[in-house]
Order: sequence, then C-alpha cells, then structure tokens
Amino acid sequence: MKQPIYLDNNATTPLDPRVLEAMLPYFTEKFGNAASRNHAFGWVAEEGVDYAREQVAKLIGCTEKEVIFTSGATEADNLAIKGVFEMYKDKGNHIITALTEHKAVLDTCKHLEKNGARVTYLGVKEDGLIDLAALEAAMTPETILVSIMYGNNEIGVIQPVKEISAIAHRYGALFMTDATQAVGKIPVDVNADGIDLMAFSAHKMYGPKGVGALYVRRKNPRVKVTSQMDGGGHERGMRSGTLNVPGIVGLGKACELCRLEMESEAVRLSALRDKLESTLNKMEESYVNGNTQHRLPHVANISFKYVEGEGLMMAMSDLAVSSGSACTSASLEPSYVLKSLGLSDDLAHSSIRYGLGRFTTEEDIDHAIEITQKAVNHLRELSPLWEMFKEGIDLSKIEWAEH
Amino acid sequence: MAYSEKVIDHYNNPRNVGTLNKDSKFVGTGLVGAPECGDVMRLQIEVGEDNVITDAKFKTFGCGSAIASSSLATEWLKGKTIDEALSIDNMDIVEELALPPVKIHCSVLAEDAIKSAINDYRVKNGLEAIVLEKSHH
Repeated sequence: MKQPIYLDNNATTPLDPRVLEAMLPYFTEKFGNAASRNHAFGWVAEEGVDYAREQVAKLIGCTEKEVIFTSGATEADNLAIKGVFEMYKDKGNHIITALTEHKAVLDTCKHLEKNGARVTYLGVKEDGLIDLAALEAAMTPETILVSIMYGNNEIGVIQPVKEISAIAHRYGALFMTDATQAVGKIPVDVNADGIDLMAFSAHKMYGPKGVGALYVRRKNPRVKVTSQMDGGGHERGMRSGTLNVPGIVGLGKACELCRLEMESEAVRLSALRDKLESTLNKMEESYVNGNTQHRLPHVANISFKYVEGEGLMMAMSDLAVSSGSACTSASLEPSYVLKSLGLSDDLAHSSIRYGLGRFTTEEDIDHAIEITQKAVNHLRELSPLWEMFKEGIDLSKIEWAEH
Repeated sequence: MAYSEKVIDHYNNPRNVGTLNKDSKFVGTGLVGAPECGDVMRLQIEVGEDNVITDAKFKTFGCGSAIASSSLATEWLKGKTIDEALSIDNMDIVEELALPPVKIHCSVLAEDAIKSAINDYRVKNGLEAIVLEKSHH
C-alpha cells in the first residue's frame, strides 16, 4: 500500500535516520545504567547522556546543568507547573496561563486549582496572540508563575515571549513556556527570551518518542521545583528514574541537527507552506486561521467553509493531516483553540491543519494542494450548506434544530 | 478509528446526491442538524401514487458516517411507502453501516431527516404532522 503524504508534523515527526544511528549503540553494547558510577558500562552511558545534555543546551542557549530529562513535554509541563506551585506556595498561589495552551498545561493548572491555586486563563486576540495589556492587568502580588506557550500546536502562532517574560519578571513572577512546537524549528534562546522554565520534546523534532526535557534556570534567578517523581534522586533530585539513555542520546542528536539545519530548513518550509496556503486560500470561502506574521514556518491552518473537517479528511485519505473538528468526541465540540480565536463553531468544524516537516518535498505539497482542492470541491457538491450559500441564503437566519 | 467498508463505500460512491424541487407538493424536504454541531442533513423524498416514495435525494455536511447514513437512508427510502419509511429506525442504520458508538448520532440524524421530510410532505398535502419524539444526540 502506498503511504499517504505525511503533513501532520505537529502531532509527531518521523525519526531522522541520523538520530536513529546515534541511538542504536545505546540499546545494545552501550546498555549501561548512567547512574552506575563504578564500572565502564555506567561510564559509557553517562558519557552519552552528558554529551546529549551539551547538545540540548547548545540549541537553547543554556548550561548543561539546567537541562532535566523527562519522558516528554507533558511530563516537563507537569514538573514545571506543579513543581513551581509547590516550591513557591509561600510566596503566592496565583498562576496565569492562556486558553490556547496545550492540555498538558491547562489540565495541570486545573489540577492545581483543586489544591488551592488560583488560575487566570487569558483569552487571546483574534489572531491567536496574547494581549499584553490583559496579561499585565492580570498580574497580582500573589502571581508566582506565568505559563504561556512559545508556538501554538494548532495554528502555529508565536507568542511575544520576550515581552511576556518581561511583564512576568516585573511583577516578580517566573516565566515558563511550553516550547514543544518551537524548539528546533525557530531560534529559541532562554536568556534572550527571559525564560525561567521551558518544556520540550524530542519527537516533535525528528527525535524518538518518550523523551523530552525541562529547562530550569539556575542563575538570575535560581529556580527550584519540587520533584514530581520520587526515587533515586536522578536529574539533580528533580526527576528520579533511571535515565532513558538511548532516548536522551536521540534527543541530543535531534537538537544538534536542528541547530545546524534550522535556518535553511525554516526558509525552505515557509516557502512550501506559503505555496500551499496561498493556493488553497484562493479557493472560494477558505480562511487562514491565526496570525500569519508571527508564526512557525511549517504550519498552516485553513478552514474550508461549508465542508466538515472530519468528512474532508476522509476524502483526503492520501493525505495525513488533522482537523479542528471533533465529530468523534462525545461532546462534538470543535477545537477549543480555534474557538478561542473567536472562530464560529462551523468554521472551526471546517478546519484542516497542515504540518510540514523535514521530509516534506515540493512534490508532496503539489499533491496536497491537488488532493485538498478535489476533496473540498467533492464535499461541497454534497453539502446542503454550500448549495444554500450559492443560492444566496443567509445561513445565520435559519433556525437550526440544535442537537 | 477505522471506518467500516460499508461506510467507505457510501462515502466514496454516495447514492442519490442531489436536489428535488422543494416547492413541488409531491416533494417533502427534511433539513436537520446544525452547522455549529458539525453536521447538517437535507433529505428529500418524492411521493407518487399510493404513498410510494418514487425518488429520494440527499445532501449532507458532516463526517463520513453522517454522509454514509444519509446515503443509505435514500437508498432504503426508494420504493417504500410512507408508512414503511416511518418504521426505519436509526439502529437499523447503525447495524447496516457498523457504526461505532461515537457515531450513533449520525444515524439518529438520518432518522430525524426521514421523519422531517415525511412531515413536510404531509403538511404540504393538508395532513397533520406526525409528532416526533425529541431525540437527543
């Protein structure tokens, strides 16, 4: 069977063969426990981990001691937010985040609300960006943490991280960012950006699944988090558990490749993305979602009005993409991120996210354009809403039977 | 989640897509669902002598299961009398298309569309609308 064209790189990326090659010895001959201090097996594994820590640090502009390896970004988000809340609870109990965050941040905050945290969920502007004035207005003396993602997973918008961290710091709060979609794709420098904690993951940057990291600032200020996983005191006591050495080596290699190739790759991908987006946006009643100036180079989110996203994906079975429609969920609620932008439910249901990646070719994009156009046209032929729109009927005036 | 072969078949080769003249007194039109909910079905029947449904057409905005449910419904409706059509139950559609639990609402919508089209026809022809149970989906 011919593989569909993979344009869902925001969900996960394929492992780069160069990363796999770096990892392989650590499954077999270099199998040691990095915490075994008394024999060569342990030393070799530890060396691999140390080198990876350097590779990671170099990508984000921090020191090796500031990198805490985790099982992925979700764990890193949990460790950062829960860890800060527990460590700084004498200082205050207020956390600020945004409605468009990933569930790993939102649900962690919801969890903390049960434990006495007060959480402000900031709305976003129509283009998906945080309103800095609203952030500033939400800051209180009790605010201990501002957690705003770097680049959004659904629409790709990049938040004004520098400005956000400056506001957080002015009010004495720490700034944490979930940078899962940004690290490795665009330059991220924890010092230039004023980041105190940052979560990211290997499998979004051509590394393996099951490994990620939390950056924890050690200087100006020295940030501390309580561990969420107790045990042998690994990772400076912040995250116990035998290190996933092959995974960590893979994360390191993935970071190195991204650091070396990011600049040219971003140019290549944004050109392909722009081609895809501008061609599809020429179709009647199609709308690009989110800010198009401040965004990741490889993401396009487009709504094709009067067709439903899940039905559309089925018509595009040669294309692996994702939709903001969630006809499968019990609630039938479309994407909360798109709704936060003020998109109507029907446009949110009609959205498709294209996530380009390192292995996306121009040929793929040309096919993707063709497949999408064909599918949208086909489904519009089937759509009563399209027919009504074409007849000039105002759909907002119809009394729909809500169900 | 993989779709059943029958859903894929109806999706790829939808039966009876189209539009009948909604102003004709022989045509009943049912428009159910809402764009906000991600599915809207329009199902039309043309009724001939002896209350037999001679033609049925649909257009659906929705997922593959919604499209397949309405396509199947039009296929079943043709040649049935109105009374027979009223006896079509959403669970028949679920069974025929092997819809998973999260897609049952698609079949409910199709049943609603059938009943709504029949009622439109009845009202147009001076008959009382049949009181429908309010379905929740």
